[in-house]
Amino acid sequence: MGTWSYAPAPESAALADLRPGYRPFIDGEFVDGNGAPLKTVNPATEETLAEVSTADASDVDRAVAAARRAYEQVWGPMPGAERAKYLFRIARIVAERARELAVLETLDNGKPIRESRDVDVPAAAAHLFHHAGWADKLGYAGFGPQPRPLGVVGAVIPWNFPLLMAAWKIAPALACGNTVVLKPAETTPLTALVLAGIAAEAGLPPGVLNVLPGAGDVGATLVGHADLDKVAFTGSTEVGKQIQARLAGTGRRLTLELGGKAASIVYDDAPLDQAVDGVTDGIFFNQGQVCCAGSRLLVQESIAEEFAELLRRRITTLRVGDPLDKNTDVGAINSRAQLDRILDLAAAGDAEGAQRWTSPCSLPERGLFFPPTVFSQVEQTMRVAREEIFGPVLAVLTFRTPDEAVSKANNTPYGLSAGVWTDKGSKALWTAQRLRAGVVWVNTFNRFDPTAPFGGYRESGFGREGGLAGLAAYLDG
Amino acid sequence: MTTTVPVPRRKDTSTDGAAADQRAPAHPLAGIGGSDAGLRRFLHGLPGVDQVGLERRSATLATRSIKAASKLQALDLAISMIDLTTLEGADTPGKVRSLCAQARRPDPEHPDVPPVAAVCLYPDLVGVAAEALRGSPVAVAAVATAFPSGRSSLEVKLADTALAVREGADEIDMVIDRGAFLSGRYGAVHEEIVAVREACGAGSRRAHLKVILETGELGGYDAVRRACWLALLAGADVIKTSTGKIAPAATLPVVQVMLQAVRDWHRLTGERRGVKAAGGIRAAKDAVRHLVAVHEVAGPEWLDPALFRFGASSLLNDLLRQRRTQLSGHYVGADYIGSA
Repeated sequence: MGTWSYAPAPESAALADLRPGYRPFIDGEFVDGNGAPLKTVNPATEETLAEVSTADASDVDRAVAAARRAYEQVWGPMPGAERAKYLFRIARIVAERARELAVLETLDNGKPIRESRDVDVPAAAAHLFHHAGWADKLGYAGFGPQPRPLGVVGAVIPWNFPLLMAAWKIAPALACGNTVVLKPAETTPLTALVLAGIAAEAGLPPGVLNVLPGAGDVGATLVGHADLDKVAFTGSTEVGKQIQARLAGTGRRLTLELGGKAASIVYDDAPLDQAVDGVTDGIFFNQGQVCCAGSRLLVQESIAEEFAELLRRRITTLRVGDPLDKNTDVGAINSRAQLDRILDLAAAGDAEGAQRWTSPCSLPERGLFFPPTVFSQVEQTMRVAREEIFGPVLAVLTFRTPDEAVSKANNTPYGLSAGVWTDKGSKALWTAQRLRAGVVWVNTFNRFDPTAPFGGYRESGFGREGGLAGLAAYLDG
Repeated sequence: MTTTVPVPRRKDTSTDGAAADQRAPAHPLAGIGGSDAGLRRFLHGLPGVDQVGLERRSATLATRSIKAASKLQALDLAISMIDLTTLEGADTPGKVRSLCAQARRPDPEHPDVPPVAAVCLYPDLVGVAAEALRGSPVAVAAVATAFPSGRSSLEVKLADTALAVREGADEIDMVIDRGAFLSGRYGAVHEEIVAVREACGAGSRRAHLKVILETGELGGYDAVRRACWLALLAGADVIKTSTGKIAPAATLPVVQVMLQAVRDWHRLTGERRGVKAAGGIRAAKDAVRHLVAVHEVAGPEWLDPALFRFGASSLLNDLLRQRRTQLSGHYVGADYIGSA
């Protein structure tokens, strides 16, 4: 038999119900923003998807005022059981419109439809359902008999999981009785705006949720607004530091979920095939544009050569291409700017003497793509081992002893996530206790659940999303 | 202690069955020997299998969407990989002849449908099948060694094998002694496989040996991996999931573990051994999912009836129906296709 190649199996782009224009959602209505309109593009083709009207400072004022009014008059005083009804309704509509949201997310972000369909949208719905269930039980969550909401929350989210990050902010905030002004990322505003439409469809009272598309300046105006009670930011460490400096001394609450440079530690007694799969998922999931991506592989010396061979073999099976194709594993890089950053850091890897291996996959002729790449012979001092690349690039280092593994894993200013691969439970626990990371996965990677707190420390930020700790971030306890 | 499988030291030279007979002496794994202790050291030093990760990967592989020309190609390939099977006490020579007719020409209305790989039956019916398949590329496979339980003496098992070979079987599907395997008597299992292999004949007339692990009785993926390596070390040409008499039989995760074993065997020795998924695969969709696993786990070289088989009876009919659907654009009822 000749070679067997998979025929294209594209999901229909029409399912996204894409409209030519999108507008900010303020006080229960879609309105024209006063900022300069932006065009959002499909990174897989670099074609314009839609024109989006953006907010300016006056729109931020209006949205915050609407959120304040809604908080004081409607949402804050509303019994939890009533708030829950709205959240359950929103969650249900998200689940019902899952295909539309998945296709829209893939168009706007460039991620494979397999991921938006099987991860992003179901996880967003799960987060909404989970927190809807908490709305009338907050008195039993361990924060006292009547924990109070904080007030008006300004939330700024990144482009890597546009809908999921919106749900991560909105669900706990609203469940706890806060109102929200959300600023989605400049390059991926669409699903958050559709989510706003879903909230309106669910009858959410005006002002409880406001969505303001725009660039970084709108985010900066929002997080600096004097009438907020809390700022929740997910994004780069650099911007996170600016926000923290800005909010210092204001008394406003802040949670930050920032960058990472996570290590996957593979011991020689690991379940090798699953470790290979997990390390592959860990770095190439969402093209590596994940703050908790396992971008450093620390593999025990005695199996390093074999592991590298198995890993290359596995990576070679990854299919890079049209994000709408159901068989695509690695889609498009979200923006030209991000692709340039990846190219720059990969070039730095070459210049510093690391050995580059590139998957022999074919790339589409147009669009923003970067092939799965592995750097071996990486040293701790190299940029590819220290800086967050936020792309499909894995840096491989080796270690001899568990102590060395832990010290290399911790030798980073970040502290978001880490992975440990071993069949030995005691070794997994020994290692996990010593890793300075907010999340440590054992024999798996990139698993998210609304009941499990997610967040980092050191330069990866503070505050948790999900679980009881995630509720605490939105309660005055 | 961990015995990982090192990178291949030898170049990929002899991968054919013809060279297989000379492999024993110079084998890179020859030092393991056939003793319980030696085998135990090796088998228990193999890397573990993480159940959650394995099943997750299988679930992801199952999401592959195979369409259009690639689907038609897959359906034909799957048909050509079938060991069309009947293993009932009520089997008759007439039923076997009917099965053989379908094996040679699965869909007479579409003569371009390839023949299946083999028919698979009990030893006493091998003669009937050999006669009915003479001159065709379809092989005769016989289950032997006190199939399906394997509960008899080695003497009886060898006589069972000899009968099938004498009657003209090209392939022998033996069962391992699960009782011995589960109680750690690996040497006994090894010895039995070696003996049955010898009973398969020698030279170019040697019947191909498929070793049935009955994975549903082994109690976990680590044990499946060990059973795979034990069978490969003892000289199995093909490792096979199940008898079809026990559930669960062939599942995607189990087949994935077995594909990893033959892939690693090839990395180590340069030889390609086969895998047979038998039992429980009834729908074309399931068969295509298995082909995706073969393609992505073992590699495209295994997409060959010499290296991957389906042990099935009702699967063929569904593959033919799906094939006609691909060509005509609409489904036909099961009764529009002759069924043995």
